[in-house]
Amino acid sequence: MSAGEYLLQQILNAVSIGSLYALMAIGLSMVFGILRLINFAHGDLIMVGSYTTLLLLLGGTPFVWASLAGIAASTVAGLLMERFAYRPIRGAPDVAMLLTSFAVTIFLENLAIILFKATSRAFPVPALLNTVVSFGNLQIASLNIISILFTIILLFLLTLFVTNTETGISMRAASQDLVAARLMGINVNRVIAAAFAIGSFMAGVVGILWSAKVGKVDPLMGFSPVLKAFVASVIGGLGSIPSAVLGGYILGALEILLQGLLPANIAPFRDALVFLILILLLLFRPNGILGSAEKEKI
Amino acid sequence: MKQDRSTTIVSLAGIGLAFLALWLLHAFGGYYIERIVIGVGINLILVISLNLANGFTGLFSLGHIGFMAIGAYASAILTLPLSLKSTNLPDLPSFLARTQMAFLPAVLIGGLIAMLVAFLIGLSLMRLTGPYISVATMGFLVIVQVVLTNWDSMTRGARTFAGVPEYTNVWNVWIWAMLVLYIVWRIKFSSFGRKMMAARDNEIAARSLGINVVASRLLAFCLSAFFTGVAGALWAHFITAFSPKSFYFSQTFSVVTMLVVGGLGSLSGSVVGVMLITLLSEILRNAERGFAIGPLVIPEVYGASQVIMAILFVLFIVFRPRGLLGDAELDVRKFFKREKEVAG
Repeated sequence: MSAGEYLLQQILNAVSIGSLYALMAIGLSMVFGILRLINFAHGDLIMVGSYTTLLLLLGGTPFVWASLAGIAASTVAGLLMERFAYRPIRGAPDVAMLLTSFAVTIFLENLAIILFKATSRAFPVPALLNTVVSFGNLQIASLNIISILFTIILLFLLTLFVTNTETGISMRAASQDLVAARLMGINVNRVIAAAFAIGSFMAGVVGILWSAKVGKVDPLMGFSPVLKAFVASVIGGLGSIPSAVLGGYILGALEILLQGLLPANIAPFRDALVFLILILLLLFRPNGILGSAEKEKI
Repeated sequence: MKQDRSTTIVSLAGIGLAFLALWLLHAFGGYYIERIVIGVGINLILVISLNLANGFTGLFSLGHIGFMAIGAYASAILTLPLSLKSTNLPDLPSFLARTQMAFLPAVLIGGLIAMLVAFLIGLSLMRLTGPYISVATMGFLVIVQVVLTNWDSMTRGARTFAGVPEYTNVWNVWIWAMLVLYIVWRIKFSSFGRKMMAARDNEIAARSLGINVVASRLLAFCLSAFFTGVAGALWAHFITAFSPKSFYFSQTFSVVTMLVVGGLGSLSGSVVGVMLITLLSEILRNAERGFAIGPLVIPEVYGASQVIMAILFVLFIVFRPRGLLGDAELDVRKFFKREKEVAG
């Protein structure tokens, strides 16, 4: 393999992992933009979708239907979360909301441990997601291609949604100023529910792609990817969709870069380095790369 | 604050009563109760120092358990008997391999290392606001976790670090707890504390009055990290065997719950929060093992206590988003005064 091909291969890897981070970061960022809520439990939506898919697959359902049901389960779980945990505390101090999402995480993870045991289970990856396509010397996992394709489609649809539909435009208005949006007659409950539904839908998609990537599911599977997605959305600048996507891809590139460059004895510290870079970045750009300084009204 | 005589009397009476209660529990409580009393003392230090950072400055750190881990590992490494060091930690740097420290200096050094780390990361973190600081401090928690799990020569990596001498007892824990409570109480009502709280409530107004917001936050953060490190060290000498996983999200959630239930910024709230949550989690933990009410038999469900705790916490936040006491303090004198006014 030539140097150019190696580079291309690594870029593809970075784009594919970055796509998953971007999809997760969008969900986090949309909710944050409107409610100023950091939803830790977003990762558990990934877990809900993956387990639903797994159980249906084990029951003999074809993969396409099983994964659609998994995505639907994530979406429903996200809506329930919003309705029963976050709506009642809307307007509470930021900290109270943050901790509520922490509690929802503890609740869902322990529930999953009770229902499915704490040990991980193998995820039967279908042949379609498990092959390697060759272009000359280039070897590309079909999963990478599918991740990238799905992300492009979802981003395209999301862009159409927020620019062309009434709910989408209301959503952007709500993320600029929730109170003013309400005064303009926007049904805030519907907009927030829509934001959760979209974010959870994407979490469902990520859940299936992620399980296919690592080949197993476990009750705590959502936590670490979603922490990284936080980093991604903070790198980009919390609260806007384009910055979440940018942050996701930057994080993907950073990870692949560190993986390629770090000597073997430092490699286990990769995650620590990622978070260290985040902290350093926040020192110089306290509101992320694309974020502008929040002007506080006096 | 003007230190009037009645405050001193009430405080001394409170401390006296607390130690009397401790002595009674120690004398008649038995092993199980004694363990809980020590646990409450350590949690008290953790929650009060978290309150110093989170409640007074308004910057919600989710990374404090990282400081606890630093204190615990530092003190454990310093006090580990030399024979155990050569078998369990053969790759220690030689100056550590040859030293075995006493309890108090080891605890203090644990706290100081935590404070030093807090200072270094605080230089950058204290400039952030709101959710960014929560995410960044959580990043710090992950960094600590990754380092502990991979630094085999110092921490045995993910394996259990065992054989830490059991130095912690009811008395030294509660002396520390009372000391921390006293210091933080004095800070809350000092001009420094008022500056911090002014910056919390309105940063721009505080700046316009010439308050150096970043410096006051940094000082609170460092002091809080020191106490948290001390609590970690005390915990290490209490539990004697632990692994990096002991210092991660479930521990963070438990301490944060105690803080928020009591009320951010309220020290008496922290005391109430620690007692209440400890009691509740002990009850739930015992119930989790399965029990019978007449013919109804509830089987053992591992993890159920966490699920119930999480639901209760969400319900609590819905009804009392600012905790039991908000940032007010329980005041015994006010209680009696009001009675008198009603009577008169």
